[in-house]
Amino acid sequence: MSGPRTPIVIDTSSAPTVPARKVEELKPALLLTQEHHMCPGCGEPLAIRQFLETIEDLDVAQRSIAVAGIGCYTSFSGTMDIDLVQALHGRAPSVATGVKRMLPDALVFTLQGDGDMVNEGLQEVIHTAARGENVTCILLNNGVFGETGGHMTATSVIGQRTKTSLDGRDAEYHGYPILIGDLIAQLQGAAYVARGSVHNAGGVARTRKMFKRAFETQLRGEGFTFVEVLTMCPTGWFIPTAEGPGYMNETLGEVHIMGELKIDGRVRTTEELHAENVARQRELDEQLARGGLHDE
Amino acid sequence: MSEPNVRGTSVEITKIKSRGTVTIDVEHCKGCELCIPACPPNVLTMSTPVNHMGYRYPELHPGCTGCAACLLVCPDFVFEVFRFEQPVVTEVPA
Amino acid sequence: MTSTVTSERVLMEGSEALARAAIVAGCRFFAGYPMTPFTEVLEHFARLLPDVGGACINAESELEAVGMAWGALATGARAATGSTGQGLSLMQESFSEMTLAELPLVIFNMARGQQDYFQATRGGGHGDYRHIVLAPQDVREGVEHVQLAFHLADKWRNPVLVYGDYLLAHTQEAIAIEAIEFPVLPAKDWAVNGSRSGTGRSGAVTSLGIGKVGQRALGQEGKAQYIATKIPYMEREVRVETGFLDDAETVVVAFGSPAKFVKYAITQLRAAGHRVGYVRPITLWPFPYATVAEAAGLPSVRRIGSFELAAGQMIDDVRIGVAGRVPVTFIGGVSTDHSGFGVGRILDVEVITDRILALHVDRELPVIPGYESCSYEMQEHQA
Repeated sequence: MSGPRTPIVIDTSSAPTVPARKVEELKPALLLTQEHHMCPGCGEPLAIRQFLETIEDLDVAQRSIAVAGIGCYTSFSGTMDIDLVQALHGRAPSVATGVKRMLPDALVFTLQGDGDMVNEGLQEVIHTAARGENVTCILLNNGVFGETGGHMTATSVIGQRTKTSLDGRDAEYHGYPILIGDLIAQLQGAAYVARGSVHNAGGVARTRKMFKRAFETQLRGEGFTFVEVLTMCPTGWFIPTAEGPGYMNETLGEVHIMGELKIDGRVRTTEELHAENVARQRELDEQLARGGLHDE
Repeated sequence: MSEPNVRGTSVEITKIKSRGTVTIDVEHCKGCELCIPACPPNVLTMSTPVNHMGYRYPELHPGCTGCAACLLVCPDFVFEVFRFEQPVVTEVPA
Repeated sequence: MTSTVTSERVLMEGSEALARAAIVAGCRFFAGYPMTPFTEVLEHFARLLPDVGGACINAESELEAVGMAWGALATGARAATGSTGQGLSLMQESFSEMTLAELPLVIFNMARGQQDYFQATRGGGHGDYRHIVLAPQDVREGVEHVQLAFHLADKWRNPVLVYGDYLLAHTQEAIAIEAIEFPVLPAKDWAVNGSRSGTGRSGAVTSLGIGKVGQRALGQEGKAQYIATKIPYMEREVRVETGFLDDAETVVVAFGSPAKFVKYAITQLRAAGHRVGYVRPITLWPFPYATVAEAAGLPSVRRIGSFELAAGQMIDDVRIGVAGRVPVTFIGGVSTDHSGFGVGRILDVEVITDRILALHVDRELPVIPGYESCSYEMQEHQA
């Protein structure tokens, strides 16, 4: 792809002086500050932005409660303007269960990483889903334990190099990854299960729609909802930041297939998901080229 | 597109239409460069100077459509996105 | 019976009485996992809580049970969990962390004997924390202690453990569940229910000391400091019962249901002219060191015995209190029935009287009847 048609640089230090409409704010209203300590190129803030803006769009902030797990994203517990309960590593779904049982009208969601949810807390999320607790579990899946420096988790893929699989994950020695979204979709108590990604603008936009569907399903009391988001972790993957999206798409994305895995009680097939992903990506790229993705 | 001037000699002028624009909070940028390939009209490039943290940051060229793809993929909340009431035309020598 | 409060005495097992007492105290959430001899507590909560608009969940393991109680507590509700010692072992990380998060959890231990003393008072979790531990001697006291536990937990924003056992859980007594009135406590403005989200003043219930932007927060170091400095204040909640100390030569320290046996034995010994007295810690933490010290310092007292259904755990605290004034001897023993769950041979008035008397007259302690072949000295390894 060629670059810009001219080297002229536009002054972007302040708002335009000619008549213009601001269509996107710097940060979500529910984020108290744009400051955070995530690494350059981290995908987690992209996902966090989308669910916070979704809560704003649905106008349910005043009954939202977050339950945070332990990982890089934990620091957002202080910057999200959401009433929050901090849980131990892996233990957010049980805490969310207790919260929701006491406050059935609240929008209760967990925020967890793959190490937290799929390693330490696998039992919790499966049982919470099986019981059909009316909460939304949000998984930020980057295939590594990021906060401790880049170690293998249950979602790391075969061949992925981490500090505990230095020659690449080997099926014989390290076993196979758990496709948690797919596992959860099989449980009767799970009403809506989706896997999105933040590797490009189209992926981010699709993920936002998944959050909206999940929260609406919870608010209708239809059961357990789950949104898994594949994110970039260039630090944990030992690659330059610019290569993050490609790596995510080509390693994690090839194994953990994106799409709405379960909707209206029906588990979708891999073939359906593949076909849909190709079609949706093309559609979103065209929309972006035409000038925007938003329903205005 | 080239337009002859009144004296009859030809000067190539390109008109680039921008339907939108952004503000870029360069001091919060961590130089990850995710916005560069995300921009559909390809109007972002990384700067040469660095910000106070030592990172290069994106610079905007004419042709922005206000699609907000850059904002969607930016981990550091660096962008605001605007759409012009009337497209702004930038004339540049070809 | 749909009403929880009974002003007349009704025959019921201890587990039910404790569950009813909790509900009378306002408990509206319970989560647990079946394990003998605690299981019936869970059953009664499961039956009784829905009738008062509460929830009881049979969790997938003890780990999740305490997690669910954590979430319920964070919303400001009164909530509890429980198990027997083994199950509480699984919950230790959460216990520590919930103490740091200042959550008013009430914990039931229906213990297999008194071997969970260290677990209850020293804690099996990480870091510096203390739980107030109440040790009822019978169902009637248990009903009081459960209500007191919820009050103290809210008062101090700290977990409180009720140390029961197989005997307490499964003894049927004619009991009236009378509500105790406690001093009014401040509203739980620290709790989160979503109403402050999006206002710029949202809250967080956290053990990590992370505060919201713009609000004061202690940070992890500060939080640990704060919790540590709360401990001396909680020590004011010490409770103890004493008897027959005035001219006692021998003092026996015992807690829980065995203490009731010990008290009876001492009453008999006194009637026979033996100068024996007792100290019954009601709070295991804070332990009544001052009372034990005072007893040991009485001019008549020659010796102190620690009676426990264990290998000797409370005796450490007795020794700290006695501080060497007089000899301290262990006169208890590990005691369960053949299943390992229940009460055993030592919980027998004759056996206990015999052991106290042996201590009193400086005679060698008799072997507990039935345990003759179990000692390590036998050097015979049997599965």
